[in-house]
Amino acid sequence: MERDEESSGLMMEMCTNGGGEETSNRRPIISGEPLDIEAYASLYKGRTKIMRLLFIASHCGGNQTMQLEALRMAYDEIKKGENTQLFRDVVNRINGRLGDKYKMDSAWCESVDRRAEQKKGRLENELSSYRVMKYVVLFMCCLVCLHRSFLVNHYLDNETNLIKESIRMGHNDFGDFYYACGLLSDAFKNYVRTRDYCTTAKHIIHMCMNAILVSIEMGQFTHVSSYVNKAEQNPETLDPIVAAKLRCASGLAHLELKKYKLAARKFLDVSPELGNSYNEVIAPQDVATYGGLCALASFDRSELKAFIPLRFFSLVAKVIDNINFRDFLELVPEVRELINDFYSSRYASCLEYLGSLRANLLLDIHLHDHVDTLYDQIRKKALIQYTLPFVSVDLSRMADAFKTSVSGLEKELEALITDNQIQARIDSHNKILYARHADQRNATFQKVLQMGNEFDRDVRSMMLRANLLKHEYHARAGRNH
Amino acid sequence: GLCSSEISITIGGMSSTENLITSIQGLSASSGDLSALHRILKGAEETLHADSDLQLSTLEQLDPSKHSLGYLYLLDVLTCGGPMSKEKASEVVLLIARFITSCDADQIRLASDKFVSLCKGFKDRVLELEDPLRGVAPLLTAVRKVQVSTKRLTALHPDCLQLCLQAKCYKAGFSILSDDILEVDQPRDFYLYCYYGGMICIGQKKFQKALELLYNVVTAPMHSVNAIALEAYKKYVLVTLIHSGQFSVSLPKCASTAAQRHLKTWSISHLQFNPMISAALYPILARSLYVAYNFYRSPFSQPYTEVGNCYNEGKISELQAVVVAHSSDFEKDNNLGLVKQAVSSLYKRNILRLTQKYLTLSLQDIANMVQLANAKEAEMHVLQMIQDGQIHALINQKDGMVRFLEDPEQYKTSEMIEVMDSVIQRTIGLSKNLIAMDESLSCDPLYLGKVGRERQRYDFGEDFDTVPQKFSM
Repeated sequence: MERDEESSGLMMEMCTNGGGEETSNRRPIISGEPLDIEAYASLYKGRTKIMRLLFIASHCGGNQTMQLEALRMAYDEIKKGENTQLFRDVVNRINGRLGDKYKMDSAWCESVDRRAEQKKGRLENELSSYRVMKYVVLFMCCLVCLHRSFLVNHYLDNETNLIKESIRMGHNDFGDFYYACGLLSDAFKNYVRTRDYCTTAKHIIHMCMNAILVSIEMGQFTHVSSYVNKAEQNPETLDPIVAAKLRCASGLAHLELKKYKLAARKFLDVSPELGNSYNEVIAPQDVATYGGLCALASFDRSELKAFIPLRFFSLVAKVIDNINFRDFLELVPEVRELINDFYSSRYASCLEYLGSLRANLLLDIHLHDHVDTLYDQIRKKALIQYTLPFVSVDLSRMADAFKTSVSGLEKELEALITDNQIQARIDSHNKILYARHADQRNATFQKVLQMGNEFDRDVRSMMLRANLLKHEYHARAGRNH
Repeated sequence: GLCSSEISITIGGMSSTENLITSIQGLSASSGDLSALHRILKGAEETLHADSDLQLSTLEQLDPSKHSLGYLYLLDVLTCGGPMSKEKASEVVLLIARFITSCDADQIRLASDKFVSLCKGFKDRVLELEDPLRGVAPLLTAVRKVQVSTKRLTALHPDCLQLCLQAKCYKAGFSILSDDILEVDQPRDFYLYCYYGGMICIGQKKFQKALELLYNVVTAPMHSVNAIALEAYKKYVLVTLIHSGQFSVSLPKCASTAAQRHLKTWSISHLQFNPMISAALYPILARSLYVAYNFYRSPFSQPYTEVGNCYNEGKISELQAVVVAHSSDFEKDNNLGLVKQAVSSLYKRNILRLTQKYLTLSLQDIANMVQLANAKEAEMHVLQMIQDGQIHALINQKDGMVRFLEDPEQYKTSEMIEVMDSVIQRTIGLSKNLIAMDESLSCDPLYLGKVGRERQRYDFGEDFDTVPQKFSM
């Protein structure tokens, strides 16, 4: 296809032109090869990096080296922060297997906890003093209103705003503090409390972004959706990066709630300017992977055509402005290949890519629960699409294309026929699938006759019941008289 | 003949019985005479009971076909007595049978209540003699004679059906069922008619009609669930499975609230009360019709709903397990045969599903998919279904392959056009009936009175001024 060549041509150009930027992310990370944990982890920052590493450690099966590598990196990362609970956790899991450098450091824990206590105390004091100030100022406002002194009024307004701002920042700081300590629900509560003290649109967006971040970490994706909506209702136009972040969050929420089509639409709407700016939640590779897989599983052919090649084409066009996106494209060549294969009906190759990616996708914290469903849906779509243009299909050739046995294929097709997704029947003797188009005329006649009979029965039953009721009514009336 | 005013019954002189015989012989010609005769007979009834002169032999003076009314009264007096010896009972039965066969329909319709009670007595005698077959033909005739129109249910319908059931003459019973009953006087008769009728249809394997009849009982308006409705419900569940393969726990919306609430859970088979065990106890069923069994809520029809739910899942082995677990319950209700038919219908339904997905399939594959024991059994089932017209297929015994065909009906033949035409005619006829019913109802004073009363409550405004003012109270 021409577009393919064009885009890959451009890609080649970019590769040769580039130079002097980070090379660490050059190699495809989501690919068929075993996951390069270091490269993967470098895509993220903050708490999600730790959580992802821990997830990999617990889901990598028997692979000891991978597990230890993940745990080691998690340990290092945790020590940069202030979450002693996580630290204890990871030490337990390492269990001494990484030597002395990676064992329990009680001194560190204690000092971190002590600092946390102090900070907490300080924040509380500040906040309560602001609150007191607020009430004092409010009281004075009332007095002033009574005296109607204009200047004093104006001065007090300013004071109120300043106090509001201080309280807001106080709660925000608290939120940040709790988040760093790992107390997510307290963090959430504090971020949400800033709502009452927000005075500008920017404040509201800030609050929403914080709330979204914590909700994602807590796994409460309904909150994510509602705060995204809140932020998007902003009357001013949003900063494009913020808009892109919101779409990512929204896409994630839909993905977790199994609404794959909506998730795909959101991810595909993420503007390429996102870059790495949201890597406390999601990496640009994830946007491409999640979006691509969800689209493949849920879009029909025309939607796929409208979106996918165009999407990547536009990403290519933007590449000139944004160097990060060279990495973006480079990092998901397998996903892009498999989408193209699906669209051009090269199902064997598409399913092969899917198979090779599976192990690594299962290590992804958000995709883990959905890999099987998505794969299943993609496979079903492939089967349906394969049979669509034909009057008859040789089952053994189809089985080869789908890398399965004829009897296995028969069972899959049977399920699809029962669900009415394929209009066909199987000739089990000769192993051929024949398309079957219902005869509308006969079906209509049959239905009409059936309806006539039903009407007959229903009306007669009804008249009998009416008769019985009438009799009863007469009998009762007879008794009354 | 002699006109009524000239007849008088003298006390002393001719005996009253002889007088009566004479009157009967004389007044049975025209309709005017007959109404006079009727009055005389009604007046003389009391004395006849006490009269010792009246014997079975007396009846020989009368001709049952010409003097039907009189014969009826006399016969009724003679045979309504209590227990009699087997020989006498046999004689009586024979006499009544002959009477029914030869009597004049117009005459007996004048005293239809008496005729009905005579026939019911006849039925009881026949059952006592344990020879129900003797009663089938006479009762069939009786029903036809006492019926005013084929649309109206008589009190004799259920008795006739009961005898047919006892005698296993399903065909005879089925001939009565082919009438469309639209008017019903006594709900009691109706419930029994539908229940027995349903059983006869099951015997004839006409499951659609059986379903219709049982449906009518289950959805009939009733304030409290009665024994018949409960038994009918159990059969209804099983027949639904056999006929349409879909079971839903909730009753159709048109069923009464009492039925909807209680049919699934009520039991009346407590051992102290009437056990629903043997056919001989059906009369007891009729008597217990209006008793509400509030106290016993053991889930007696639950085995049936369990079977229904299991059937919906479609797994043969589970269904069979449920059947085995509750087989004693089914046995008690005499429904075990029906349950077995339901189970075998599940196989058929599963095979039917296969025809939607496959063009050809080997017998062994069918056996595997439907969980039959081997290919031979599969062949048997498929053959049966082809013969019953449930599927269209060809079996190739050489390959052991079955080829499923489309329904060859093209809806182009003249027979099909006739069928469609008759359906259309029926529908038009039914619509006319409905409209007539609606019209008669809107003239019914009782109904108008009720609407008039309620009209105060609802302000329908100008549009609904259908009730004349005089009916507002």
